[in-house]
Amino acid sequence: MQVIMVSVALKQGQITPTELCQRCLSLIKKTKFLNAYITVSEEVALKQAEESEKRYKKGHSLGDLDGIPIAVKDNFSTSGIETTCASNMLKGYVPPYNATVVQKLLDQGALLMGKTNLDEFAMGSGSTDGIFGPVKNPWSYSKQYREKRKQNSHSENEDSNWLITGGSSGGSAAAVSAFTCFAALGSDTGGSTRNPAAHCGVVGLKPSYGLVSRHGLIPLVNSMDVPGILTRCVDDAATVLGVLAGHDPKDSTTIQDPVKPFTLPSLTDVSKLCIGIPKEYLTPELSSEVQSLWSKAANLFESEGAKVTEVSLPHTSYSIVCYHVLCTSEVASNMARFDGLEYGHRCDSDVSTEAMYAATRREGFNDVVRGRILSGNFFLLKENYENYFVKAQKVRRLIANDFVNVFNSGVDVLLTPTTLSEAVPYTEFIKEDNRTRSAQDDIFTQAVNMAGLPAVSVPMALSSQGLPIGLQFIGRAFCDQQLLTVAKWFEKQVQFPVIQLQELMDDCSSVFENEKLASVSLK
Amino acid sequence: MAAPMLRWCCSGRRFAFARVGCGSCHRRGSPTGSTSNGKRGQSSVAQQPHITAQKPRKGEPEWAAVVGLEIHAQIASNSKLFSGSQVCFAAPPNSLVSFFDASLPGTLPVLNRRCVEAAVMTGLALDCHINRKSLFDRKHYFYADLPAGYQITQQRLPIAVNGSLAYSVYVGRKPSQMVTRTVRVKQIQLEQDSGKSLHDDLRSQTLIDLNRAGIGLLELVLEPDMSCGEEAATAVRELQLILQALGTSQANMAEGQLRVDANISVHRPGEPLGIRTEVKNLNSARFLAKAIDYEIQRQINELENGGEILNETRSFDFKLGCTVPMRDKEGKQDYRFMPEPNLPPLLLYDSGSLPSGADPQQVINIDQLRERLPELPRVTRQRLVQQYGMLPEHSCVLLNEVGLLEFFQNVIKETRAEPKKVTSWVLNTFLGFLKQQNLAVSEREVMCFLLSFGGASPVTPSALAELLDLLDRKAISAPAAKQVFEELWRNEGKTPAQIVAEKKLELLQDPEALEQLCRSTLEAHPDVVMDLKRGNPRAINKLIGLVRKATLGRADPTAIKEVLERQLSS
Repeated sequence: MQVIMVSVALKQGQITPTELCQRCLSLIKKTKFLNAYITVSEEVALKQAEESEKRYKKGHSLGDLDGIPIAVKDNFSTSGIETTCASNMLKGYVPPYNATVVQKLLDQGALLMGKTNLDEFAMGSGSTDGIFGPVKNPWSYSKQYREKRKQNSHSENEDSNWLITGGSSGGSAAAVSAFTCFAALGSDTGGSTRNPAAHCGVVGLKPSYGLVSRHGLIPLVNSMDVPGILTRCVDDAATVLGVLAGHDPKDSTTIQDPVKPFTLPSLTDVSKLCIGIPKEYLTPELSSEVQSLWSKAANLFESEGAKVTEVSLPHTSYSIVCYHVLCTSEVASNMARFDGLEYGHRCDSDVSTEAMYAATRREGFNDVVRGRILSGNFFLLKENYENYFVKAQKVRRLIANDFVNVFNSGVDVLLTPTTLSEAVPYTEFIKEDNRTRSAQDDIFTQAVNMAGLPAVSVPMALSSQGLPIGLQFIGRAFCDQQLLTVAKWFEKQVQFPVIQLQELMDDCSSVFENEKLASVSLK
Repeated sequence: MAAPMLRWCCSGRRFAFARVGCGSCHRRGSPTGSTSNGKRGQSSVAQQPHITAQKPRKGEPEWAAVVGLEIHAQIASNSKLFSGSQVCFAAPPNSLVSFFDASLPGTLPVLNRRCVEAAVMTGLALDCHINRKSLFDRKHYFYADLPAGYQITQQRLPIAVNGSLAYSVYVGRKPSQMVTRTVRVKQIQLEQDSGKSLHDDLRSQTLIDLNRAGIGLLELVLEPDMSCGEEAATAVRELQLILQALGTSQANMAEGQLRVDANISVHRPGEPLGIRTEVKNLNSARFLAKAIDYEIQRQINELENGGEILNETRSFDFKLGCTVPMRDKEGKQDYRFMPEPNLPPLLLYDSGSLPSGADPQQVINIDQLRERLPELPRVTRQRLVQQYGMLPEHSCVLLNEVGLLEFFQNVIKETRAEPKKVTSWVLNTFLGFLKQQNLAVSEREVMCFLLSFGGASPVTPSALAELLDLLDRKAISAPAAKQVFEELWRNEGKTPAQIVAEKKLELLQDPEALEQLCRSTLEAHPDVVMDLKRGNPRAINKLIGLVRKATLGRADPTAIKEVLERQLSS
């Protein structure tokens, strides 16, 4: 059910914001084992719902998001609500202000259900490396996946073989996928929104860098971070983007030009479109299933009259190592503020300020964060700066220019895989360390962040195992609307199946499969 | 070209003029020795001796000292460089701290337009090239009063480069022997100030005040073109005047709005530069000069005794009058500079390059700022010399003392007296009184107090103007005027006219009365008259004195002399 349709139902009084909120809260409780939420802000949400209800009763709602339950990744500052980044360092930290994106959602009347789980400080691609434990992929419990597993005669204990969500915005992806909210904020630095979106069968949008304010987003890599949007359909992503986009005086990297509100047109003719297929993205690690869906998608465009052309992004292969240098360098810098003095964790030692710093940071950060801080500081040393950081910046420029060249050649949108394969079981995933995993999993998504382009992952189909596979569309900088328009057309063509969680939450099918709602709103 | 400028005193009183042989060569001598034996004179134009130094031993070249400066000037702005927090000296601790200043995660810097304008104006006043594009960088180090763990500065591409600062020093004993020296300004960069750490050694804890954290600073790097403490102090003083004239910084050293670090080395002329030390924590110009001269002598002595100079940071101990090594912060720091990713490049425009249709709130036009530049100190001094015919050194004193120029100009405005007379009264009498009154208190505070807060000054410009008018129309004698001034200084709320009336100080206007007094004086002192007639020219002065005494100081000495001479010759 689309946000816009729920909005209509709310306006018509078929359901009240409080009912909607309570149903989501009950689903959150029922799916607690997914570990999607770190904090459930039940009281706040109910109070917001009450306010929203009053507005609806008076007949002046604040907009399409009024009364709509949303979730926010726990690396966005939320005033009065604990914001942990899934790290001991910020356990118990309650920000005194709202991130701009959070404030914008609240200003529209959205209901904040809670803060979602992630890898510590968003460093990871599995949502497995936070202090609150890993997030479980709702598809592990779907009818589609379970039936396939039975067919493939796996007899082992099902519960021990649950799948990861991808990351680092795995909590947000799971929250949307399990119907506990209609939209969620993620963050995307190297693919952290698109990757879990693909694994959880939802839409994951990374807007153009500079289109959406980062103020209040606890940074990973300032020059690449973008607030991401996770929804169950492209239209919803567009609705949320319409609310979030625009200049923020608190973020000097946001665009100055005003952004007009928009609704996505329903494309009927794709014959004027030129879709680029980057040949470098056809890597040996790509699973055959994803590869075949990718070409199927390309064929779909071609058969409908679009021009589909192979293009080259020659510097793609340098992206991983380049990203590693730039990311860890900024991480080293950004993490310097966590010293135990002003906020967050502080160790018990008071021998000296330096000893306090050392113990605080050792206790506060996990190995992944500490490892990145160490590498980053190494790259920034005077003797290394030219050889690593400056070189990486030059490579970044080349990677960005690859995209510019392709788009200048007449390509409107690039079509690529989002991930190498479908979601893997947790036990499988943790065989490799975080660094290796991040490097592998970000391969199709990372270059986009270095170039600042908009990209969206759209679920296409289920794999032979019954798990979602998503494909990525990459657009020109600040052509987010065009990108979403193409994605919407694609979404309509592929008719990705709805996740079937009935067994899981037998008695709460009502909200999302609510026939009454659907039938009324279609009138 | 800069107008000649008088250097201000390094050591004794600020009001004194000092003359120091501030050449580029230094000789052996005691580092604590005679560089600072300023002596206070009665007149504001006091004299100071040259540096007394031992003669070099034969055959050895003298030492040359090389001094460069790094100056941090706090920008006079209502809010901080990257946040909206208010800027205010001596506010309660941690009362002016925004989320950004406390480095709360997720906060981002937003550049303050006023600070950029201040940097551009300062750059223009120092003849710098203003970079149309400049960049911000992060400089990392862990310190308790640096909440983010890095300072945002302009390491790679600063806002202004390649300027110069002209200042004047005496080279000889005559005031006319002033020369203009120039120090190159390498660059001006915008950066954040840190917070303040207060170490409580008793309870072994450190208290942090973040009020200062994030205030905008101009870091000015002056090339090592100076060769002694006096030159450095004079250059800093000139810079201070420029910043104050521009209004870009209050530049009050005592309040830490102007902080100076000095890089010092010595070498023999013709040989490569020596290893330099950095002297930090110089919070007054007087200490700056002292510290530099001490450090130069220390280095010379060290080298002469076969020692070596370490590349180290030293601080000046003003109680002991010497520099001491600072506790080394775990060896050499690597600041791990990195571009600040949250701030786009800072772009500046001129009238030619201004994008059409640009929002004037979003762009800065250098040409527009250039037009807004106020009169700079060197021009003010030239104007004073031309307009009022005063000596260059007098124009220097007027500018060097906070508020004195304004006081002078207010007197000038209200009096009919000759400008030269006004200059003399302001510089000798007024300044002299200020000095005498406040021996125990630091001059700066007194001057600020007395001059900046108008009414608090015991003698207002109007009162002095009125007094000078009385003098000008010969209503009172010069000595009587001094007496009135003393009365005014007591600040009992009386006008000069009232004082003159009360004390009966008005000049004897009746010629007959003066004739009579003169006659009776001559009659009463035949011995002095005899003395005069025997050819002692000074005897007339004694007679004048006696008549003045008889008139209670109410007669003009010249008039008395005239009458006496006439009576004696008749």
